Amino acid sequence: MRRDTGWWLLIAPAFLLLTLVYIAPIAQVLAISVMEPSPGLGNYERLFTSESVQRVIVTTLRICIITTAIALLLGYGLAYVIALATERARRWWLLAVLVPLWISVLVRAFAWVTLLRRQGVINEGLIAAGVITEPLALVWNETGIVIGMVHYMVPYAVLPMLAAMREVDPRLLAAARGMGASRGFAFSRVFLPLSMPGVIAAGVLVFIFSLGFYITPALLGGGRTLMVAEWIKLQILDLLRWGLGAMMATVLVLAILATLVVFSRLVNLRRLFGGGA
Amino acid sequence: MSHALALHGVTKRYGNFVAVDRVSLDVAAGSFLTLLGPSGSGKTTILMAIAGFTVPDAGRILLDTKDITALPPEKRDFGMVFQGYALFPHMTVAENVAFPLRVRGMGRAEREDKVRAALDLVQLSALGDRRPQQLSGGQQQRVALARALVFDPALLLLDEPLSALDKKLRAELQEELRALHRRVGRTFVNVTHDQDEALSLSDQVAILNHGKLIQTGEPAALYERPATRFVADFLGKSNFLEATAEGGVLHLGGLDLAQADAPASGPVLLSLRPEKIALLADGETAANVAPGKILSWSYLGAGYSLVVDTPMGPLRASLPSWRAPIAPAEGLAVRLGWAADAAVAVAEDPA
Repeated sequence: MRRDTGWWLLIAPAFLLLTLVYIAPIAQVLAISVMEPSPGLGNYERLFTSESVQRVIVTTLRICIITTAIALLLGYGLAYVIALATERARRWWLLAVLVPLWISVLVRAFAWVTLLRRQGVINEGLIAAGVITEPLALVWNETGIVIGMVHYMVPYAVLPMLAAMREVDPRLLAAARGMGASRGFAFSRVFLPLSMPGVIAAGVLVFIFSLGFYITPALLGGGRTLMVAEWIKLQILDLLRWGLGAMMATVLVLAILATLVVFSRLVNLRRLFGGGA
Repeated sequence: MSHALALHGVTKRYGNFVAVDRVSLDVAAGSFLTLLGPSGSGKTTILMAIAGFTVPDAGRILLDTKDITALPPEKRDFGMVFQGYALFPHMTVAENVAFPLRVRGMGRAEREDKVRAALDLVQLSALGDRRPQQLSGGQQQRVALARALVFDPALLLLDEPLSALDKKLRAELQEELRALHRRVGRTFVNVTHDQDEALSLSDQVAILNHGKLIQTGEPAALYERPATRFVADFLGKSNFLEATAEGGVLHLGGLDLAQADAPASGPVLLSLRPEKIALLADGETAANVAPGKILSWSYLGAGYSLVVDTPMGPLRASLPSWRAPIAPAEGLAVRLGWAADAAVAVAEDPA
């Protein structure tokens, strides 16, 4: 009994630190959401009554779903190429995937602005080539946000999928070919199902990450398209409506937890599929 | 309906390394050929060339009279049991066996009939709904066989099919594989480094070393009349006697050797199997007699393996343990004897 207490004391500092800096503030946010401006569920009522609250949520979900879908598609292609590459080429590919992660998200957002704005390289280039006559609205709208977020998310999509693909025994593909399957058939019936756990993991990671995205949507959305994180900042710092901001923050946390619950169900699917066994 | 396979001068290089060097082989329709050799001998490369996973740099591969050298694997019509079986982990046993039929766009009813027949063939009908991970190694091996045979391929290729199994199971499955070959009557090409497996399974064995085909023949012919030192050594155990012929008589270690069909003169290399050497009782005699002392011995259950120091050098002899005339002991004086036709002249391997 005494020995157990001793061991517990060892993790006490970490436990206290986490409680103080992590759990306590979250609890406080929860409290604010039901206490301000007056006690009750008034803030949560806004979820069903306020059109602007609903619009922010719908916009956020739409952007996150589009971002996740595009990031998964691009990431799957990249991960596939990397998984099949030679050891040497694989190292270079991985470096190319990881380098963007080391660059500040702020720098990247501004880089996209210079590329995508009306007088940016892309619009000027397309006009010069005669493809378009009027500049395309590529930034300060949802398109800009999605482009910036996809760029940020692709590495996070690649890594779990690559890990799953490298688990796939290459002999299984050879076996499928040997039994008469074309490349396409072998891919869709063998490789794709076996890499699915990685796709699900990457999808959940990217989606959860996207839900709380702040800097990229703030810079590339130009204040016109609001996502949840920026809306919360607006409520709390500019409009001083703490209760409403805290309510939305709570909803965000719950949405992430809900996604994880769904995910854990899918992880059981993974055992069903036999991947990673 | 079975098909014949022929290889003509098949060569495969990887940079400067010649993995397969001008190998020509004929496999009769319906026969069981084993490619036997140590690792790096090129046997797997040959199998992969037959399967179409590697394209030879030179030479041709014929199925009956059709040149298949340049065809991709999916156009070749072979079934294959891969090393480690390569069963699809996300499919059930029945789905695994059905895979080649799905590829061929076969209808559901016909597919189910064929899958059932194939699982019956390997006695796994009860396990169709299991996942491969839930089966034992031997059962997985049978699933792989069923999957390779279900679409009536022209050829069955086996890449070290038994190497992942323990010794007892391997012996059982060797018998099963042999029986299966008799039942389906197709052409089988097997790759192994296990000489026992090669001898017990095959109609024909092709022995490879350093990418070259050294000798082909029926198992008994290869064992009894090895052409080179490598074949004699790789297939079973052998003593090698480096004798000199002079006027029709062989000399070694100051003794004369009686040897059937010995050359008249020059150096002669003889391969002498341990089991063809007998331990002579007092007064007993043989065409060749070598006195010696036991250097070392080991007990193997069915027999003893003795190493006896003789004037010809150390000789390995085997002695049945049931009612053995002596109790082996180090330093014990014995007389070894063997018949004039016991040893076989073999060629030295090219360096």
